[in-house]
Amino acid sequence: MVISPTTMAAVRASGAIPNAEYLLSAEGIRKEFPGVVALDDVQFRLKRGTVHALMGENGAGKSTLMKILAGIYTPDEGDVLLKGQKIRLQSPLDALENGIAMIHQELNLMPFMTVAENIWIRREPKNRFGFVDHGEMNRKTAELFRRLNIAMDPQTQVRDLSVANRQMVEIAKAVSYESDVLIMDEPTSALTEREVTHLFQIIHDLRSQGIGIVYITHKMNELFEIADEFSVFRDGKYIGTHASSDVTRDDIIRMMVGREITQMFPKEEVPIGDVVLSVKNLTLKGVFHDVSFDVRAGEILGLAGLVGSGRSNVAETLFGVTPATSGTIAINGEEVTIDSPNTAIRHRMAFLTEDRKDTGCLLILDILENMQIAVLQDKFVRNGFVAEGELTGVCEEMSRKLRVKTPNLHERIENLSGGNQQKVLIGRWLLTHPRILILDEPTRGIDVGAKAEIHRFVTELARDGVAVIMISSEMPEVLGMSDRVMVMHEGRVTGILDRAEATQVKVMELAAQ
Amino acid sequence: MSMNSAAQAQSAAQKPARRLPPELSIFLVLIGIALVYEILGWIFVGQSFLMNPQRLTIIILQVSVIGIIAVGVTQVIITGGIDLSSGSVVGMTAMFTASLAQASTWPRALYPSLTDLPVIVPVAVGIGVGLLAGYINGQLIARTKIPPFIATLGMMVSARGISKWYTKGQPVSGLTDQFNFIGTGIWPVVIFLVVAVIFHIALRYTRYGKFTYAIGANVQAARVSGINVEAHLVKVYAIAGALAGLAGVVTAARAQTAQAGMGVMYELDAIAATVIGGTSLAGGVGRITGTVIGTVILGVMTSGFTFLRVDAFYQEIVKGVIIVAAVVVDVYRQKKRKA
Repeated sequence: MVISPTTMAAVRASGAIPNAEYLLSAEGIRKEFPGVVALDDVQFRLKRGTVHALMGENGAGKSTLMKILAGIYTPDEGDVLLKGQKIRLQSPLDALENGIAMIHQELNLMPFMTVAENIWIRREPKNRFGFVDHGEMNRKTAELFRRLNIAMDPQTQVRDLSVANRQMVEIAKAVSYESDVLIMDEPTSALTEREVTHLFQIIHDLRSQGIGIVYITHKMNELFEIADEFSVFRDGKYIGTHASSDVTRDDIIRMMVGREITQMFPKEEVPIGDVVLSVKNLTLKGVFHDVSFDVRAGEILGLAGLVGSGRSNVAETLFGVTPATSGTIAINGEEVTIDSPNTAIRHRMAFLTEDRKDTGCLLILDILENMQIAVLQDKFVRNGFVAEGELTGVCEEMSRKLRVKTPNLHERIENLSGGNQQKVLIGRWLLTHPRILILDEPTRGIDVGAKAEIHRFVTELARDGVAVIMISSEMPEVLGMSDRVMVMHEGRVTGILDRAEATQVKVMELAAQ
Repeated sequence: MSMNSAAQAQSAAQKPARRLPPELSIFLVLIGIALVYEILGWIFVGQSFLMNPQRLTIIILQVSVIGIIAVGVTQVIITGGIDLSSGSVVGMTAMFTASLAQASTWPRALYPSLTDLPVIVPVAVGIGVGLLAGYINGQLIARTKIPPFIATLGMMVSARGISKWYTKGQPVSGLTDQFNFIGTGIWPVVIFLVVAVIFHIALRYTRYGKFTYAIGANVQAARVSGINVEAHLVKVYAIAGALAGLAGVVTAARAQTAQAGMGVMYELDAIAATVIGGTSLAGGVGRITGTVIGTVILGVMTSGFTFLRVDAFYQEIVKGVIIVAAVVVDVYRQKKRKA
């Protein structure tokens, strides 16, 4: 029997919650979208008081499953069972009222409202005149924060909060619904190390209260740190569920990709050439100060530091997005002024930005248009006309070389997976034949297979004599790929380590001070 | 038939993509509307709507001014902007251009010493004044970052004011025959089509076009890719202004006079033609071919109502509905694409 969400919600409110082995489960789920089977006979079982990770490459079906559990999609076949009862969720609100809350990667808060207003929206406490009782609302929020060990003023406007704090608000909101199930989609992707620790603390607390947590991540270390169990998906199919204490990292990778990945970081010793980029006392007032470093041809300089340490700002300033307030930049020994990305490109610099969607992809345009946009600044144009045929040939060759998975180059980039989008954007910059390449989180949110490929491209570029600056929050990536690692903390360089001396502990010490 | 589809499937396997051009569906809408008129014509008026070359010429003649403006507006909308000033710019440039196109035989010439000038002078001044108005729009939007809606709204009001101030509300008449010639016969249509072809090519095959789409698709990404967004927007708005100026010249020549009230609401017709033609107000999507068809749809609709002797009030009501319907269809299409 399928129980309607409203009945279920009512049963829940009455406190007569039936006991079941699984808090939330899905059986035989199938979901098709025009042209693709996103999920095929998939199962998922979440136990009370556990953290259950969903693993899989991009496009494996994790997101679709999660959206089904959260009531955003309805499955074509199969059942969702809440505490053993079949339930048909029609909307996210349905899910929320049945104790299933989802915390999206793109946080859904209203920036011009206060923290408290965001949490209690639709359920604001009212005074006897029917107006919103702000005092009561703030008090309830403060109490909720105390319970979760969050230090935040309920009356702050959300737009003034950091990403981490916004996430805390979302979690608090979910908890305020007395949710039994919390679905988190890559919650740590924009958090600093310290914030991650705090988040994990909160997750631990929630778990001990019996809440079940569905946790989606691409990060292996997190899996071992936080998850009790995990389920692996590949190409829309369910591969298996295991306790995370039973397996090794390699086991999981094998399950995810269905093949062995021999080497994650194919670091190759390449001859290091002359200094290509020399930065002295570069300063962007109020953001970072006195940043000085050199990068040589063929060298990969890793740039580590917590989010907010100024890493990305340095990259943006080097590329002219936010021109420096003081300091000098020299390319091949010649001092240059970089006041816009256009100038940077003319000096043969390239910049793969951190946020694919916001500053990278031209989402509604096709692969070809996305790939050719930067090189058109000074090549493949005659009297204003684009040398279409020639350029298309070059783009086709590039996409073959980068192994972009697509039927053809007229596909819109928004239809590609994250990894393939990233490859197209890398292609965009490679077409300009840069001598200085800045990569900001080149593999964030990308599946293992594509990640390894991107690492290989970067290594090849270094071999060809490109000077590479690579920013990454993933320690193994920075340590594995870099010849030297520059660490930043609160807008200042706290150290530059050689490959030999760069260890996780050393970098963390410099990053956290 | 089956062989045909098999061949199609095979060619699709080898060389897939190349979906049907989006203009095709708009063109089918145009055909559909025309056929409806044709049928209603036989039933209610007892004559054919389409089998009348004269009527078809008039339809295109009537909308060619709107079409010239719409070509500029399309480019603005592709960047994600909007231009509300074009109607007023038509009025303003009509006044300026006419004041320099007066014949010496006219007793009340505005500049008695500047009569019988070669036709190139008023035309160049008209386009130039439009270009300047668009340039100011562009600079305002690019430098102060105010929304295009507000910048061009300001220009819309001011330009209308300037057209009234210029002659203190008096019309400018007595134009030279050479100037009036621009507005006679098929010339407005020729100008419209030449303009459309030029900018169709510009949008599809030049760097200018690629950058225009890129800015509309994602202005941040466009900037990081090295596009000088500010300079490019100034170009786009200046071109839109120049085309509105050209439309002003044609309007004055067709009427053989200029009045401060010329071009009122033209900006809305131009935006409507653009949107009906498939250009998305969200930016990044749109083609001149679609806009041309959209313009003709507007013309056919108006002329068809007149042909069926439908009251002018109903015409406006239905026109409004069709504009909204076009955008609803666009929104629906985008939703379907995302799902």
